[in-house]
Amino acid sequence: MVGSPCAGGTAPAEIQPDVDESSEVDTDTPWVAIVWNDPINLMSYVSYVFRKLFGYSQAKADELMLDVHEKGRAVVTNGPREKVELDVFRLHEHGLWATMEQQ
Amino acid sequence: MGLFSARRVKRIAPGRYRIALPEPERELLTTLVPQLRELLTTDDPSLNRLFPTAYADDPERDAGYHAMVRDELLEKRFHSLDVLERTVEGGEVDEETLASWMRALNDLRLVLGTRLDVSEDDDPMDIDPDDPLAPAWSIYHYLAALQSMIIDALSQEL
Repeated sequence: MVGSPCAGGTAPAEIQPDVDESSEVDTDTPWVAIVWNDPINLMSYVSYVFRKLFGYSQAKADELMLDVHEKGRAVVTNGPREKVELDVFRLHEHGLWATMEQQ
Repeated sequence: MGLFSARRVKRIAPGRYRIALPEPERELLTTLVPQLRELLTTDDPSLNRLFPTAYADDPERDAGYHAMVRDELLEKRFHSLDVLERTVEGGEVDEETLASWMRALNDLRLVLGTRLDVSEDDDPMDIDPDDPLAPAWSIYHYLAALQSMIIDALSQEL
């Protein structure tokens, strides 16, 4: 198991975000959905989910799945925040360990 | 459909599948489904994998994400369990029904696997008879085998 993000986390401290800066970053920088390796999901399942949700070819889905398995994580989609959040939701619906972040 | 019949799940036509489980396996699933359904009404830590973190480095945004999707995720999980329970006797089913089976089995494995604290090195053949969790391990691996057959059948559609 490599680099699993821990679930939950502590409550945020009382820090006021710099609103101007964060909104600027939001519009300019693409987001990525990352799937993390886990010991429960079957390799064939992960590959199937990539094909089904994102329309990837068998070859591309297998390659991403092997990246997850061997490197611990793989970027599976990217785009604006709302789009990537929906991708993450669909991955969560299928029980995959997905997070999102800005590149 | 005996215990040693080869295929529990078969694609018989585009979008059509036949499920045929031996009775002990149907009984097992019928026993497991209500247990997960009940667990889903709690905040048991073994459910963590069913409601993962989306924003790993932004707890505030993550809380917003969970507030937005948790009910829907929960509803979808209940739905998959309902479909599995309703069609456990088998017969001919469509793709959506079989996909619900696949997700329900995966949810069961995620919870059981979390409870068992599985690692990638765990060998299905290597069951310690002295381990009080040995039966749970067997169930975990059975669910994986059944899920594999479903994935195999559904993959023929893509």
